[in-house]
Amino acid sequence: MTLLSLEAVTAAYGPAQALFGVDLTVAEGEVVALMGRNGMGKTTTVRAICRLIAAQGRLQFDGQDLTALPAHRAARLGIGLVPEGRRCFRDLTVAENLAAAARPGDWDARRVEALFPPLAERRRQRAGSLSGGEQQMLAIGRALTTNPRLLILDEATEGLAPLVRVQIWEAIARLRAESGMAILLIDKSLREIAAIADRAILLERGRSVWSGPMDALSVDLTTRYIGV
Amino acid sequence: MRWGLVNAVMLIGLVAFPFWALAADEPFMITLATRAVILALAAVGLNIALGWGGLVSLGHAAFFGIGGYAMGILASHAQGYTPLMEWPFLIEGTKSMPVIWLVAVLASALAALGIGMLSLRTTGVYFIMITLAFGQMLYYFAISWTAYGGEDGVSIYVRNGFPGLNTLVPVEFYGLCLGVLLGVLALNAAVIHSPFGLALNAARQSPDRVRTVGLDPRRLQLAAFVLSGAITGLAGALFADLNRFVSPSMLSWQMSGEIMIFVILGGTARLFGPVVGAVVFVALEHSLGGLSEYWHVFLGALLLLIVLFARGGLIGLVAGRGGGS
Repeated sequence: MTLLSLEAVTAAYGPAQALFGVDLTVAEGEVVALMGRNGMGKTTTVRAICRLIAAQGRLQFDGQDLTALPAHRAARLGIGLVPEGRRCFRDLTVAENLAAAARPGDWDARRVEALFPPLAERRRQRAGSLSGGEQQMLAIGRALTTNPRLLILDEATEGLAPLVRVQIWEAIARLRAESGMAILLIDKSLREIAAIADRAILLERGRSVWSGPMDALSVDLTTRYIGV
Repeated sequence: MRWGLVNAVMLIGLVAFPFWALAADEPFMITLATRAVILALAAVGLNIALGWGGLVSLGHAAFFGIGGYAMGILASHAQGYTPLMEWPFLIEGTKSMPVIWLVAVLASALAALGIGMLSLRTTGVYFIMITLAFGQMLYYFAISWTAYGGEDGVSIYVRNGFPGLNTLVPVEFYGLCLGVLLGVLALNAAVIHSPFGLALNAARQSPDRVRTVGLDPRRLQLAAFVLSGAITGLAGALFADLNRFVSPSMLSWQMSGEIMIFVILGGTARLFGPVVGAVVFVALEHSLGGLSEYWHVFLGALLLLIVLFARGGLIGLVAGRGGGS
């Protein structure tokens, strides 16, 4: 069953148009990778889904029109965002970050700490004083405690040390295996994405130009649209 | 650990102060301390909006004054044996503090709800200006409200009563005000550690991030603004009772500025910050005010130093950076 559906979505930052027509679907339990080079509209698409910028076209989540909803109501439908650049609540401790937005469901602070053991050791530490990797774990954990049906990970491993990247990818794989949560991944790590995602959608200059299963993603496509 | 110690020292100091004043035969000091405790209560109210909510309200004197007028109106009708209204139903005045407090809290909370709903449509300097404008509207309304003394305000002959206490005895009234302050501080501590308080703190840091986790920052800020206004209103009722007098000056923008100074001086978003700020302000007013009527120059210099070199306020200087809540 389709959970998230975008059809001919357009969006602009003031006079500068950023999305010219994005089509995208994510089904329940599916892992979809949204890929493209820098500045092609990946984060803008995420912001449109999360209602952080105004967008036109058809945006539906679980059959509900997202364009009619403010950002917090869209999130409450079950969209959990791990934003680019981590962006934890820096003045709150790890435990407070996980408690601030928690909603009832399977995911609570204890389960997040089981997924990311370093967070358990830093429970009373302020988020602003954590390492980049720990902040990323916390950002994922914070999104999980809202018990989303769709988790959006925007560049979750960008700028992290190789060892930490491995930990994050392992956690995402565990999430997929254990929870069956739908995931929309925005990342450029082709090898790791290929191991986890079911499908990929390629963006080029604000348009979705290709969509298909991961194993159909040819070298020609990745070279042309992702630059790897 | 250090924060706990500083808070404990503050607490012990506030409880022990009247005993020292009595032992030193300085009964006036108890009245002065009562003033500091009540002003601290007003600042504790503002700290919820300003410190944890990030809402720079320059109109909190409106709530302080509404609380004051709640006391003045109810008590003046009670002492004059005239009802507030007779139709469609009879409302009598009262000299009972608990009833006055309840009316002050409800009236100021209602005003904060109305003002907050409109003000929170804006942010930054516009929010400051709108709250200031509401404060000034109420100030000029009070000046023109001749039924309650207009510019001259309202006086009551005898301080209102509280069951089991003689509020005319300074030390008993101080104890009552301190009890209210400590109760509100306990409530404040519970609120800031509750999911609501954490979400409010998060909304101050980033409204967008809060939206993406399913929370409405405006609703959180409005709730904080209402709670903040209600506490400042309660302080206004006590302040008017302390002076047995309420006038439009309680609603003036200077009053709003003073309440903000208590918070910044003591330390924003620190539980005991506003208490330290109010105590230091009253102490400076008493000690330097006797030397010169321009004592605010020294206060201004101190405030400048705090803002430039001690963002955590005076309490942050002593206890170091960190939570303090």
